[in-house]
Amino acid sequence: MKHLIKTAALFSLISLSLPVTASLAYVSNEKDNTISVIDTDAMTVVDTIPVGARPRGILLSHDGTRLFICASDDDTVQVMDLATRKIVDTLPSGEDPEQFALAPDDRHLYISNENDAIVTVVDVKTKQVLSQIDVGLEPEGMAVSPDGKWAVNTSETSSMLHWIDTETFTIKKNIVVGQRPRHVEFSRDSKIAWASTEVGGTVHVIDVDNLKQIRELTFDVPGVNPDRVQPVGIELTSDGRYAFIALGPSNHVAVVDAKTYEVLDYLLVGSRVWQLDLGKNEKYLYTTNGVSGDVSVIDVGRLKVIKSIKVGRYPWGVVVDPAS
Amino acid sequence: MKLSEYWHCFLGIQTREWLRFWQQRTRFASALVRPLLWLVVFAAGFRAVLGISIIPPYDTYITYETYIAPGLCGMIILFNSMQGALSMVYDRELGSMRVLLMSPLPRPFLLVTKLLAMGVVSVGQVYVFLLLALLVDVEPPLWGYVAVLPALVLTSLMLGALGLLIATWIKQLENFAGVMNFVIFPMFFMSSALYPLWRMQEASPWLYWVCQFNPFTHAVEAIRFALYLQWNGQAFGITAAVTVVLALLATAGFQPQRTRILGTRTG
Repeated sequence: MKHLIKTAALFSLISLSLPVTASLAYVSNEKDNTISVIDTDAMTVVDTIPVGARPRGILLSHDGTRLFICASDDDTVQVMDLATRKIVDTLPSGEDPEQFALAPDDRHLYISNENDAIVTVVDVKTKQVLSQIDVGLEPEGMAVSPDGKWAVNTSETSSMLHWIDTETFTIKKNIVVGQRPRHVEFSRDSKIAWASTEVGGTVHVIDVDNLKQIRELTFDVPGVNPDRVQPVGIELTSDGRYAFIALGPSNHVAVVDAKTYEVLDYLLVGSRVWQLDLGKNEKYLYTTNGVSGDVSVIDVGRLKVIKSIKVGRYPWGVVVDPAS
Repeated sequence: MKLSEYWHCFLGIQTREWLRFWQQRTRFASALVRPLLWLVVFAAGFRAVLGISIIPPYDTYITYETYIAPGLCGMIILFNSMQGALSMVYDRELGSMRVLLMSPLPRPFLLVTKLLAMGVVSVGQVYVFLLLALLVDVEPPLWGYVAVLPALVLTSLMLGALGLLIATWIKQLENFAGVMNFVIFPMFFMSSALYPLWRMQEASPWLYWVCQFNPFTHAVEAIRFALYLQWNGQAFGITAAVTVVLALLATAGFQPQRTRILGTRTG
């Protein structure tokens, strides 16, 4: 019996000392000034970490070790080490950073500064501001193409997509889209860009080679007033099959066939669905639902919402670590 | 009395119920029209209403169709039980029930068997309804269809016993309209079938308590939880307890020849 207890104790020690292998999702809670950590296997919140004021945009470094957080009201970008879950660095960001994008080399961070109508480029390593690029009024969405050639900024009041050459940090082209463009997402091969417009209610599909719009999508959610259909977050599956569009206060996520641009379905999630993330294996899509304060999990294979997980107040952004 | 005789009787009553069901195929179909109208037409207008909060047993936001489907399962059983009870009034005086009650087997056994037989037909209808509900995206987990069976049988026994009890009071056959107004509608509307109870509580506290005391609420919740593979001991327990009490009262009170048939008192 003694032996048995000893063995059991030994085993429990071993299991305690093993590294945590659970895959995790991180959610920024705009009103709580926290990051919620979700175990994506158990689909429960396992940790809540206090961060800077009004965290909104969040992203993972491409190597998956650090989490970048736009602490909008602290006018800074915080860097969290995911192994220790501690803020290890702060970066200059310009005023009121809301959305940002990291170049594939994990070096250049592009931050939109809403009040100053500029995009700030920061070198993550040296913490130097490399450039401040004048863009349209109220810059919002930010994306860098996976091949690193383009950085795209959306300006809400000017209703434009600004195409920034990442070599020279200059704008090469402006494309006028619907009212209040919010978010841009590139296909994995960097050939197609999708841009959502919140007030226009549209999604614009842009051919990156010649910077021309090839399609404009609109959404008609059954039983929902068209005013409430406000596209924001976009996620694309890497196989080029689906595009998921978060439709804001309509409380639905649109599933679009990324080849035919047909809307296949509208999935009911929480109130004011805002941003989306697929994670690396693209098994589940995670949505932040700002008003209802939760994260909905969509099974990508079945296109069904399987769970909604309570997080903090006004969840804004979500990222899933690459391990999952 | 030998066990085989009970079994023989049990089978006989079951077979007779299925025969009756087969002869009344159109009634079966029309009994499905009512819940389907609720599901497709009524619920359509409220599609987005419930996408506000998550309540057990649901894991995420649901459409109104998904919410009312268990209540409509209950509705099918409710209507069938009341209609069945009424037909028992008729049968008691003129039909096969009279022959049945002449059986030497104990009357409670005969009546419960009869209720069970009616229940089996109702449960069959519920499953057809659930299959059709798939068309409007009411998609419970696959095992839920199995797990819900005990809840459905229990509900049909409870409502069957209630029907039987009412049948002992009914003096005239034409009283189905009265049963509709004073039993079926209040039971259905003052329950969690159409709205979750927290909504009722917001609207009016007394209505909430009426709903809480309505056994149909607990039957619907037992069905709802089982269909989504969750155990609701309270709902199941209350439904079972009410079933036992009603069945005892009904079998004790069920006496033939107390009904006025065809205008003349026969008893």
